[in-house]
Amino acid sequence: MSDLEQFRMEARAWLEENCPAEMREPVRGEDDVCWGGRNWTFKNEAQKLWLERCVAKGYTVPDWPQAYGGAGLTAAQAKILRQEMARINARPPLSSFGIWMLGPALLQFGTEEQKVHYLGQIARGEIRWCQGYSEPGSGSDLVSLQTFGEDKGDHWNVNGSKIWTSYADKCDWIFCLVRTDKTNKYQGISFLLFDMTTPGVSTKPIKLISGNSPFCETFFDNVVVPKDQIVGQLNRGWDVAKYLLGHEREMISGGGLGDGAPSLGAQMVASIGTNGLGQLDDGLLRAELAQFDVDALAFKAMAERFTDEMKSGKGHPAQPNMMKYAGTELNKRRHELVMAGNGSDALEWESEASKGGAKARNWLRTKANSIEGGTSEVMLNVIAKRILDLPGA
Amino acid sequence: MPMYLNEDQTMLRDSAREFLKSEAPVSHMRKLRDENCKDGFRHALWKQFGEMGFTGILIGEDDGGLGLGHVEAGVVLEEIGRNLSPSPFLTTAIAGVAALNHGGQHLKDKFFPGILAGETVLALAIDEGAKHRPAHIATKAERSGNGFKLTGQKQFVIQGASADALIVAARTAGAPGETDGITLFAVEKDAANMSMDSARLVDSSMAAHVTLDGVEVDGDAVIGEVDNGWQVLSGLLRAGRAGSAAELVGVGAGAMDMTVDYLKQRKQFGRLIGEFQALQHRSAHVYSEMGIARAAVLKAQQLLDEGKDSAEVYVSVAKAKAGRTTNLAVREGVQMHGGIGMTDEYDIGFYMKRDRALNEFMGDANFHAGRVAEIFGY
Ligand SMILES: Cc1cc2nc3c(=O)[nH]c(=O)nc-3n(C[C@H](O)[C@H](O)[C@H](O)COP(=O)(O)OP(=O)(O)OC[C@H]3O[C@@H](n4cnc5c(N)ncnc54)[C@H](O)[C@@H]3O)c2cc1C
Ligand SMILES: Cc1cc2nc3c(=O)[nH]c(=O)nc-3n(C[C@H](O)[C@H](O)[C@H](O)COP(=O)(O)OP(=O)(O)OC[C@H]3O[C@@H](n4cnc5c(N)ncnc54)[C@H](O)[C@@H]3O)c2cc1C
Repeated sequence: MSDLEQFRMEARAWLEENCPAEMREPVRGEDDVCWGGRNWTFKNEAQKLWLERCVAKGYTVPDWPQAYGGAGLTAAQAKILRQEMARINARPPLSSFGIWMLGPALLQFGTEEQKVHYLGQIARGEIRWCQGYSEPGSGSDLVSLQTFGEDKGDHWNVNGSKIWTSYADKCDWIFCLVRTDKTNKYQGISFLLFDMTTPGVSTKPIKLISGNSPFCETFFDNVVVPKDQIVGQLNRGWDVAKYLLGHEREMISGGGLGDGAPSLGAQMVASIGTNGLGQLDDGLLRAELAQFDVDALAFKAMAERFTDEMKSGKGHPAQPNMMKYAGTELNKRRHELVMAGNGSDALEWESEASKGGAKARNWLRTKANSIEGGTSEVMLNVIAKRILDLPGA
Repeated sequence: MPMYLNEDQTMLRDSAREFLKSEAPVSHMRKLRDENCKDGFRHALWKQFGEMGFTGILIGEDDGGLGLGHVEAGVVLEEIGRNLSPSPFLTTAIAGVAALNHGGQHLKDKFFPGILAGETVLALAIDEGAKHRPAHIATKAERSGNGFKLTGQKQFVIQGASADALIVAARTAGAPGETDGITLFAVEKDAANMSMDSARLVDSSMAAHVTLDGVEVDGDAVIGEVDNGWQVLSGLLRAGRAGSAAELVGVGAGAMDMTVDYLKQRKQFGRLIGEFQALQHRSAHVYSEMGIARAAVLKAQQLLDEGKDSAEVYVSVAKAKAGRTTNLAVREGVQMHGGIGMTDEYDIGFYMKRDRALNEFMGDANFHAGRVAEIFGY
């Protein structure tokens, strides 16, 4: 048996023994996700147990080094673990901006102390992070941001406001883009980390079209940030910010994979019904669903190829932009079809049968996929410029 | 298996790329067309394919081939697509060999040496109507003496008039539309009572309408088992569909590269047209879709090589995705070239023509999306 096959057998056995049955059910909504953090209340005992066991094994962040709370797996091993988890439908033990975004940036740009300290906290699910990038006047044109950190010797004094800060009211710390030099646009931004309980930080939830309030306006009023809470060099935070965005886009593109079911059309048989040929009783919708399934399975192959190429250093560094564009547009199409396929049942917003309007709310939520983390139009701009090398882009 | 080419496959790609670019670039195809070449390809080039070893990719090592797989076949096909190189490679060395691999040793012994040498050409006689409906076979094969007598009509038989033998799907039992009762035959070109009417297609390739008017073949001509030809035909189709999807990706990538280059040269309004966001976004969309199509094709090929059941659905995903995407790439290509894209002198139009023919070959994107729906039970 090769080493990898050996690893697969071990991973399979470990999962079999350690993943509780409740954690092998598909994630049905926000409620099923374990975000961790100081104020986290576990949904049930199984969620807690699953997190604790994975933390002990390094499996919340399997490919991070062991010194920082990971399991130190190679790319090939990590792929096998993902496959084995998918095989039994195991839920991610922990989801967080720390794992998807800040962690990779720290691994690349952090000092050794920062890595040991912050990465460990992330891996153990102790600190929940939010992202302070966007401002009211700086969305797609992020680099125009105005939140300012005045140099006070041993600390910065931060003033300004952020917007669309996901889960700001539930998070413990923020990674935040702050202008530290007003005379230099790109090389005048620093990447700061600070505690959301620092005096002067306040948040105000914003309600989305889905009816939920997952994000906030965030205000900074003379917030004191010690000098050692910077990632990378002073005024070079844009490099860190961009690197992190690559990982954020990669993560968001994963929405294109849906819930892992191989066919959306097959899920519509009950609601649409079939004709004498055993085909969906709505020829045009069937055709659209079939086309969607083709695109979804093709995207799934692309996602696998993307991961394999990135992990082996073969991928184009701007490729996450392409994945984000394709994955989010696909996911929006998926939810349009879920709505169309389920007809008037899917319109229910508050009934028990509709689980509180889950389909409609999810459908509306997905509209943000092609906005958050950089819009589709911005992704296309980046592909044109960095991959196709088109002029003046 | 990681989703990228390994070292050997990368070497194969590099040598195929270099070979086709120098021996059979788009200008080669243009020349054949201008000469009104009756074969639609050069026998000399086919011989070179043999010398390069390409024709033995799907032939087992025991039979003198390389014993490689569909990934390797696709590597060569993508380069063929990119250069629009006319050859019998897809029909003979990929689909034809895939069928013969299901047949008896006597058929392998008969055809493989010639294929390996780049001498023998096979053609596929499957379709009977304008659209690909492989179960709708009405051509009859009736028992006659030690063999069979074939009667019926075939069309879209690529390079039929240049072939040494035709692989003919005929019905030994059952009714058109049924998968049971089909049998595959290897019919040699000089068989009596077979006539052909060749036509040049939009992409300059040659295809024949074949009339079988009581063509006598002996029992040795049967590929696989009598009445069970669906299995052989399915193998042939899987290989041909995955292969044509790979070639399509090459066609689309060729058109895209050419177009992006053009956007960096052509000036209007005092600027390079590649500066206009309307064109940038559409080019970026084509790029994104092409990458996805290529991944779908590679996945299908890997699953075929691993002998996985899910290859069936992925082959259709690959053909549908590559079909739709390459069609987008060539349409955008002609449009973004403006007036010059409409001229015969410029190559982009050739890509559009080849896409149309390959899209139709062995089922278009709608056919394969429909198959995906069927496989998933809706
Ligand atoms: C659900 C959700 C969660 C979010 N979470 C966070 C978070 O946690 N932290 C955070 O910092 N931010 C977050 N964001 C903010 C997100 O990053 C911004 O919304 C996004 O960058 C777009 O900025 P904007 O909303 O200001 O739109 P604008 O930039 O004003 O864009 C408006 C429209 O103009 C288009 N446009 C803009 N520039 C160009 C151009 N150059 N070429 C072509 N078209 C262009 C855009 O594509 C868009 O269609 C979140 C957003 C959403 C919807
Ligand atoms: C069959 C045919 C018949 C014709 N007959 C005549 C005729 O009888 N008389 C005559 O005078 N002309 C004729 N034309 C020429 C025709 O009007 C031009 O081809 C057309 O105006 C486009 O110009 P172009 O070919 O130089 O393309 P370009 O202007 O070079 O355009 C190339 C591409 O860039 C795009 N593009 C250009 N500028 C922009 C922009 N600002 N923003 C976004 N995209 C842009 C175009 O849409 C196109 O996709 C004919 C053309 C054809 C194909």
